[in-house]
Formats: sequence, structure tokens, C-alpha cells
Amino acid sequence: MAQIQDVFVSPTVDWWVLVPQIILVGAALGLLLVASLAPRALPSWVATITTIATGAAAAIVAAVQWGMWGSTPRPTLNGAFVSDGFSLLLTVLIGAGVAMTALVAHSALDRYDMAPPEFAALLLASAAGAVVMAGANDLIVLFLGLESLSIALYVLIALAGRRASARESAMKYFVLGAFSSAFFLYGVALVYGSTGGTNLSGIGAFLFGTVRETDYLLLAGIALLLVGLGFKVAAVPFHFWAPDVYEGAPSPVTGYLASIAKAAGFAALARVLYVAVFQQSTAWKPIVVALAFATLAVGAVMAICQNDVKRMLAYSSISHAGFVLVGLSAVPAASGLVQWTEGGGDAVSSSVFYLIVYSFMALGSFAVLSVIGAELRSPEPDASAHALSRYGGLARRRPVLALAFTVLLLAQAGVPLTAGFVAKFEVIRAAIGASGYVLAAVAMVTAVVSAFAYLRVVLAMYAPEGSTDDDDDIPSARAGRPRWGGLPLTSVFAISLAVAVTVVVGVLPQTLLEWSRDAVLSIIL
Amino acid sequence: MSGLEVTTGWYLTLGAMLFLIGGTGLLVRRNPLIMLMCVELMLNGVNLSFIAFADRFGDVHGHTVVLFVLVVAAAEVVVGLGLVVAVLRASPRATADDLSALKG
Repeated sequence: MAQIQDVFVSPTVDWWVLVPQIILVGAALGLLLVASLAPRALPSWVATITTIATGAAAAIVAAVQWGMWGSTPRPTLNGAFVSDGFSLLLTVLIGAGVAMTALVAHSALDRYDMAPPEFAALLLASAAGAVVMAGANDLIVLFLGLESLSIALYVLIALAGRRASARESAMKYFVLGAFSSAFFLYGVALVYGSTGGTNLSGIGAFLFGTVRETDYLLLAGIALLLVGLGFKVAAVPFHFWAPDVYEGAPSPVTGYLASIAKAAGFAALARVLYVAVFQQSTAWKPIVVALAFATLAVGAVMAICQNDVKRMLAYSSISHAGFVLVGLSAVPAASGLVQWTEGGGDAVSSSVFYLIVYSFMALGSFAVLSVIGAELRSPEPDASAHALSRYGGLARRRPVLALAFTVLLLAQAGVPLTAGFVAKFEVIRAAIGASGYVLAAVAMVTAVVSAFAYLRVVLAMYAPEGSTDDDDDIPSARAGRPRWGGLPLTSVFAISLAVAVTVVVGVLPQTLLEWSRDAVLSIIL
Repeated sequence: MSGLEVTTGWYLTLGAMLFLIGGTGLLVRRNPLIMLMCVELMLNGVNLSFIAFADRFGDVHGHTVVLFVLVVAAAEVVVGLGLVVAVLRASPRATADDLSALKG
């Protein structure tokens, strides 16, 4: 019989820690309330400015919090949530990602028939879920964050439901998302059954304190957690949904899916693997290495087979997930707390660095796609707007846009002097530090293979003449939106930001590298 | 002879079976509504496992988890039904096989 306390002791809440989430959720609810009470439909700039301000505010608050207690983890809510360098750095990234997504979406909302306040509220709600995931120190809190992120994203895609492709995309994402959540949750149940708790540091301490023989219940639990999160980050063989969902979703949402949703999934994966079940790393390391192999290979090979640029970027995002897995798998072979402080830190810090850099490249690339998609309206609404052949001659019509896209694609390919190169270098260095020579070699080979896919797009843009005819069918200006050279100003700003981050971090990576190292130091128990 | 004693293992087995039936159904059945029901079946299998473990440990933690899962499952069904309705309104009698325009 359970010992039931007759006095309910409520956990102490450290409200300062929760400010970023409160800002995000509060703005989402406030926006919905105002939109439903307003006598007329809110102009779309109200929603956009609110979203950008909220994202920026969350990022700034997180940065301030990092200055205040970044190096010492600050748990709250009975240890269910922890604010440390790792969660705060990712919160800054999530805030920036939300602001950029709102910028890109501003000019695309009309085109997709998406209602601005609903779009903004869902975006902010999903960001709140992502922030919760980044700092969750309990498997149930992690699950709640994952679901807030995912459920908001299902609706975010379905908002563009006038298009059959968006409906299909939302339905596929929903079915596979729910499927993977169930796997994740079953993993939580088995880990609970094996360790008697769901608190990540509690599980870590429990496993550290007890010498035990092989515990199949725990191993099955870890495997199911890996399957569940593997679906979320689109690791092969759990990637089947990704290309379809990315292609069917509106391009700004796709950028958000590929960057922030994926970063949150990896943050959760890193915390589960390195805080909770690090003592079992001999068991999970081979699985993560195998996932990394498969993800790298399939992502790169399938990317070159694509004739649709959006689908190509979807497969390329799968191959980027492979690189992050290479980083996460870089645990020194003989594991233990000693190695973790010495060599294991590289594993997570290189992955975090990769995630940040990749998020900006993905947001920028899909922002470019969103702009191009508006120009290359296909005659029938659901036909592929991003066929490679339609990109012909883009450099002549839009030289600056083509140049920005080229920089982002080359950065994704890992060309030196771009952030992509530093990021790939760091994860491969971490893999070599953990004697994963074969994995490092495969990562380099697949980087070269996928470079071919990016170069195909670049060549198509700079080809002398594309199959598209004349410039006359391109709408020069649409009413009500400030434009720059015919391009929506908000998107131009977002793309410039992404390109700036990519180039600056590529030339001067030191600051961001130090940040990611500091961030990771604080999740060591 | 007190008959068969029902231990925690039985409940865990039942939970695992529910999870598997739900998972298989999700992959095999093509009707969107039935797929939604299969997701619920999977989650309820998990709930049963949580309760069984909580009972074995004599711990309320597992019971509270189930409440969280129920709420999340309800939210998921709301969104899922909305999506199913949107799909079926556009093309009545659609099955999962009809959602195959995106491929490559």
C-alpha cells in the first residue's frame, strides 16, 4: 500500500527560471484573445510584430539568465525543469528561430490562406514546447514539451489546408508523430519500471549508484526512447515522413520544422542520453552509431536523386541529422564519469554547435524557397513549384537572391569559410576523439556526396538559360507589402540574417564554439 | 488451490499486447478514423504499464503520469479528428492510400 501523505506539499516554483516560457505562452494566448475580441480582423503586421517581439524577448531573457546563472544549473519545480547553459543557449536559438520564421511567413500568409493571429499563436505555442524540451529534466515534462511542440506543428501545417498537399502533409505528420510519441511514452514507462523514477538526473544518479547486471527492461526502454526521438529528428530508418511533410508544408513552416523542431528533438536526445542513461553508454552507443551511419548515407544518396529542390533540402536535412548523431555518438569507448568530463563534453558541444549553425542555414534556405515559390507560381496550385528545372536562370533574374542561396547551399555542403565547414569539422573531430575513425570517414565521404546535390542547384541557378520562359509572368509588386527589388522586405531581412550568421560564424567561429562548450559544461551532474 | 494469481507481469503483458495491437493496426488499417483509434489503443497500453509499475512500487508517481497522458491524448485526438474531417471533407471516403500525392 502506498504511503499517502496527508499534507499536500506543493513544489517551490522559481518563477524567474520560467520567464521565457511564460512570455511565449502569454503572447500566444494574448494574441488569440485580442484577435477574437477585435471587431475586425487584425492586420497581419500586428501578429508578425508580436511574434518577432516575443521571440526576441524570450531570446534576450534567456541570454540575461545565462549571464546570471549559466554555469550553475538552476532546477525548479522539484527538479522537473532545469535552467542551465544548455537549455538557455537553445532558448536563444528557439527565440531567434521564431522571429525569423515570423519574418519569412509575413509575406507568405496570404498565399497559403493562413490566418495571421492563429499562425502566430501556434508558432509561439510550439516554441514554448521546444523551450520546455530543451530544459526538461523529467521524462514526463519532456513528453509534455514534445507534445506541445508537435500538436501545434500539426495544426500549423494544416492551417494551409486549402491546398491538398498541405492536408496530406499534416495528416502524415500527425499519424507518424502520434505513432512516435506512443513509442517514446512506452520507453518512458519501461525506464520508470526499471529505475523507479522519471527524473533524468534521478535516473542518472540511480544508475550510477548501483552495480547491476544487464537490465533488459531498461535497455528496451532506452531503445524505445531512441525510436521515439529518432522519429522526431528524422533519423534513418525513421525518416519516411520527413520528405513528404517538408514538401507539402508551407515553406516558412518547413524551415521551422527543419530547424527548431529538429533542434528541440536533439536537445531532448542529448539530455536523455547524457544525463539519464549515460552509465549505459556501452549499450546505446552502437545504436546511435548505426543510426548515424544510416542517416548519413541515406540522406546524402537520396538528396542527389531528387529533382525537386524542396525535397532535396528535406533529404539534406536528414543528412545533417546524421552529422549531429555523429557528434552525439562520440562517447569515449570505455565510459564512466571521468571520461565524460574529459572527452564526452566534445560530443554534446559539437552537436549543439552543429544544431545552431544548421538551424540558421535551414531557416535561410527555406526562406529563399518561400520567396522563390511566390514568384514561380505554377499553373495548377498543387503542382511542384520547386522543380529543379524551374530554377534555371534565377541568377539572371535575381542575382542577389541567387547569391544568398548559393552561400547557404555551399555552407550546407561544408565549404571552408562558412559556418557549415566549422560545424562538420567539429563533429568529425569529436568522433575521432572518441576513436570513431570509420564513422568520421563515412561522414566526410557523405559530405562530398551531398555537396553534389547542392552544386546541382547552384549550377541550375547560374545556367545560361532555364526552361522557364520570360520574366513577364513574374508579378513585380503586390499591394500592401514593402518590397525591395520586388522581394518582400521581411523575407529579405530574414535571409540576410541567416547569410550573415553563416558567414560570420564561418570566419570567426571562436565565440560560438566557446558558448557551446560553456553550455555543455553545466549539464554535467 | 486459490486459482490463478494475477501479478504485475500480467498487466504488463496486457499493456504490451494493447500497444502492439494498436501499432499493428496503425500500420495495417487504412481508414483514418480507425488509425486514430489505434493511436489511442497504443497510449492506453502504455497507461496500463504505468499503473502496473506504480502499483508494484507502491508509488503514486506512475498514477499521476497517466493523468498527464490522458490529457495529452485528448488534445491529440482533438487535432487528429480535425485533420481527419478536413481530409474527408475534401474527398469523402478517402483512405490513407489516397494521401499519396507527395512522393519521390
